[in-house]
Amino acid sequence: MPFINFSKDEIQCKIVYYGPGFCGKTTNLQYIHSATEDKTRGKMVSIDTKGDRTLFFDLLSMNLGKIRGMDIRVQLYTVPGQVHYDATRKLVLKGVDGVVFVADSLKVQRKKNIESLINLAKNLAEKGISIRAIPLVIQYNKRDLDGSDSEILALEILEKDLNSMLKVPSFPGSAVKGTGVFETLREISKLVVKDVSRKIMMMDKQQLRVSEGETTGG
Amino acid sequence: MNVVITRKDLEKIDHCLNKMMSSSFAHFVLLADRSGQLIAHQGQSPDVDTLSLAALTAANFGATAEIARLLGEEEFTLLFHKGRSENVYFSAVGEHTILVTLFDDKTSLGLIRLKIGQIIDELSTIMASIFEKGGKKS
Repeated sequence: MPFINFSKDEIQCKIVYYGPGFCGKTTNLQYIHSATEDKTRGKMVSIDTKGDRTLFFDLLSMNLGKIRGMDIRVQLYTVPGQVHYDATRKLVLKGVDGVVFVADSLKVQRKKNIESLINLAKNLAEKGISIRAIPLVIQYNKRDLDGSDSEILALEILEKDLNSMLKVPSFPGSAVKGTGVFETLREISKLVVKDVSRKIMMMDKQQLRVSEGETTGG
Repeated sequence: MNVVITRKDLEKIDHCLNKMMSSSFAHFVLLADRSGQLIAHQGQSPDVDTLSLAALTAANFGATAEIARLLGEEEFTLLFHKGRSENVYFSAVGEHTILVTLFDDKTSLGLIRLKIGQIIDELSTIMASIFEKGGKKS
C-alpha cells in the first residue's frame, strides 16, 4: 500500500525482509546502513533482545531517487524469524509493498526455510495478498560458509525447495561480507517501483484530476 | 491499494494539527498510519527522527492492541508515556491512523486530552475520506 503524497511529491513504500530466525535479515540491513551515505538513508532503528534476536523489527529508511518527478522513499523492515513471534510478523507485514525472503543456506536450516516461506504466504493471504502477486526476491544467504565446517545446501537444492513454484529473482549472498546485499535491494526496489508505477497508471485518472483540480482550483 | 494524499488533503490535516497544537500548548504533533508511514507533522522538535517515530508508534499501537485482545478488549484507543521532561500521548484516529502528541510541563495532560478530543472527529473524517479514495474501507 504505497503512500502517494502529492503535496510533498513523495511516494513512500514498505519492503519487508522475511525469513527464519538467524538467517541474516538484520545483517542485511546493517550492511546497507553501513555502506550507504547519510544523505540517502535515515537512522537504523532496532528493537532486539540482548541475544541479538530481533524482538519486533529493524527499520531503515532509504531514498531511491525520483520517478515521474516524485521522490521514492522506501522503508526497509525486518521481522523476527522465530516461530512463536507470528503475531509480530503479521503486524510488520501491514501495508507491505514488497518482500525479500532471506533463506539460510545451512543444511540444518532447510526445513526452517520452507516453513518460513509457507508462513509468509499464509500471513500475506490473511491480508488478501497473494505471494505470487507481490514483488518478491529471494536471497540465499551465508554462501561464504561454502568450504567451511558448516555444511551448506547447493543453490540448485535451495531453488528447488523455495523457488520452483514462485520463479522470482534470486541471489546468492553473504550479508556479513556484503555479497549480494545490494543486488537483492536493487532488484526488490526495481520490482516495487515498477509495481507502484503500474498502480499509479491504473489509478482512476479522472479521480486524480478531480483531486488535483480541487487542490489548485481551491 | 494506494493511499493518495493531495495538497488539499494535507492542508486540511495541517489545519487540524495546528489548531490542536496552538490550543493545547503541545509542541509537536505527528500523524502516522498504522503500518508506520508518516502522513504529516507540525511543531518544533528538531531532534525528533519523524520517520522512526511514525514506525515505532505503529509498532507500539500494534503491540498494545494485542495486549487488549489478550484481556478481552477490542483495542486501547489511547496510550500515554510520561518522561522526566517530555511526555507522549498517542490516540487512535479512526481505523487507520494514529495521532502522536509531544508535550512538556508547560501544559497538562487534561488539556491535551480535551483538545485532542475536540479535533479527533474532524481528523477521522478527513482520514476516512482519504483511505476510501484509495479503495480501503474505513
